[in-house]
Amino acid sequence: MENMFLSEMLFILATTLRFATPLIYASIGGVFSEKSGVINIGLEGMMIMGAFFGVWGTHISNSSLVGVVFAIIFAGLTAIIHGVFSIFFRANQVISGIGINLFSTSLTSYLIQKFFGSQGQTSIVKIVPYPKELFSKIPIIGTFLSELNWFVLGSLFLVAVSWFILYKTNLGYRIRAVGEHPKAADTLGINVYKVRFLCVLLSGILAGIGGASLSIANVNLFRVGMISGRGYIALAAMIFGNWKPHTTFLACLIFSLSQTFEIVSQKFGFNIATEIYFMMPYILTMLALAFFVRKSNAPLFLGEYYDKGKR
Amino acid sequence: MVSIRKNIKIKNVLNSVLFSLLSIVISILIAVIFVMWSKGNGFIDSFKLLITSFWEGSFGNLFSLSETLVYATIYMFTGVAHLVAFKTNLFNIGVEGQFTVGMLVAVIVGIIPNIPFLIHITLMFLSGILAGAFWAFIPAILKVKLNSNEVVNTIMMNFISLNMLNLFVGTFLKEPGYDSSYSILQSAMLPKVFSEPSSRANYGLFLGILVIGFIYLFMNRTRVGYELRSVGYNKHASEYGGIDIKKSIILSMVISGIIAGLGGAVFVSGVQHRIPKLNNFLNYGFDGIAVALVARNNPILIIITSILFGALNASSLELQFNGIPKDIVFLVQAVIIIFISGEYLFKYVLDKFKKGGSK
Repeated sequence: MENMFLSEMLFILATTLRFATPLIYASIGGVFSEKSGVINIGLEGMMIMGAFFGVWGTHISNSSLVGVVFAIIFAGLTAIIHGVFSIFFRANQVISGIGINLFSTSLTSYLIQKFFGSQGQTSIVKIVPYPKELFSKIPIIGTFLSELNWFVLGSLFLVAVSWFILYKTNLGYRIRAVGEHPKAADTLGINVYKVRFLCVLLSGILAGIGGASLSIANVNLFRVGMISGRGYIALAAMIFGNWKPHTTFLACLIFSLSQTFEIVSQKFGFNIATEIYFMMPYILTMLALAFFVRKSNAPLFLGEYYDKGKR
Repeated sequence: MVSIRKNIKIKNVLNSVLFSLLSIVISILIAVIFVMWSKGNGFIDSFKLLITSFWEGSFGNLFSLSETLVYATIYMFTGVAHLVAFKTNLFNIGVEGQFTVGMLVAVIVGIIPNIPFLIHITLMFLSGILAGAFWAFIPAILKVKLNSNEVVNTIMMNFISLNMLNLFVGTFLKEPGYDSSYSILQSAMLPKVFSEPSSRANYGLFLGILVIGFIYLFMNRTRVGYELRSVGYNKHASEYGGIDIKKSIILSMVISGIIAGLGGAVFVSGVQHRIPKLNNFLNYGFDGIAVALVARNNPILIIITSILFGALNASSLELQFNGIPKDIVFLVQAVIIIFISGEYLFKYVLDKFKKGGSK
């Protein structure tokens, strides 16, 4: 009996982690971008690019590694557009981000027709190989591990590394400095533009991996509308997590738990409309923003371009 | 002195309109590249094909013209909704959600039986207005009272509205046997502009123009409108001058929401008489950003840009017919938004050019 309960809990945890994985990559990307002072609403678009090019890369090479590399390259390129416009061309970062999202949606829809000759979705590709059987032989945590995939494990690693970089290294100190006080950072010899650009690029790369974790690990194709707002949920998770990697990670888990509950409750025969579950992350975020705002950790200069010449 | 000031003003307007045109040209050039790639044609051929498809699909015949007007009507509402917020230096990404709740309540009111024709439509519009106002009031009051970020809150509320609509359409608004809501009644439908049955253009168009005219007068000829603009221009100076900033923020967001909600109701009453479950946003609210930006936040120019974007949307059928993926249309809109956001690039190049010339 106790064993049943334990395995049920482990199943819930594994499912939650799988749901959370795309969010974790994208929201950690968001943490880097926003810590450096650049709003990144374009996370959604970058996830879309990652998801599509992950599939295309796998499709043309039959290698998952190429798929992931493609996801990184093209989501990174999308981030570069956002970075160039918002850092060097002083674009309104929110507007530029929305442009990026619309751009990615229509571009991938176009490319599905161009590369796969179909409408709405790509052909099926192989998923990233994962030694399920091997892991399941490990005692105690075996079954749990076998429910995951490489992206999940990578995301856990990412959270730890990001926390370490942001709070324990010189680079992290610089990133936070250009977001909190770009002028002071500049005076200390930190290249504000460079640090911000790298952070936006990194956020795109991570969002791209997050997108790929959906299209070539959770399922095996790309569909128009597949990301369906996950970039925005990632943004919400980042805010809910107060712009810190470890709390953002927890926020991703909480948001995904509502999705897991949907599956679990179906299993037990509860029947609540799926839309209620879908609404939960958004309502939670609004409540969190409204009531924990006094402890808000948002970078001071978030969303403002830096003009070196201005006094 | 006055005339010099006027000259500078005209020059600024010209410069910014020039920049809008430049963004459009760039986006069309990018679209041509995608057409070349699709069709394997040369640049000139692709350009010709794209432009003729645009023209044929948007103004080429009565049906196309009607479709252009249908989309133009929607964009007038969402475009002006953005404009009001922009004027106060706010960003109402929530237009999409306010439009969505406007649609939802309009359907609910539209299926109530036994209400005379004009009264029914009026009630429907009022419900859209109230829903939009309410949906915008929440993020506005959260910003003012709790200093909670309106951009994030409106994004959240967009998704809440989408799920709410799906919840309603999937349950008690669902017509048995259909994969959508009940259809609104005849008495709740806006009359059509053209007599041809396939044409969807409706009197919402004139309502849209009316709203634009009203907002123009309100913004430029009333004290409250002046206050809103002044808050947008310089928040601190306005506060110093005795303007209630918090009130202005709430008012601006709510007016923006009212227009968006009304737009949703007009869309249901005039075009989409029954709403299906939505997998994703209709994007009319987001497209409205481009409409307002390209119009340089000028209410009168919004009429022109609405027709432009309406034409672009309407031509997607013709494009597809000519073997060009319709995604090109949305690609063009996205590229315009991205380039317009980077206005500084244009100013920078222009300044360099001027400096170079004077030396």
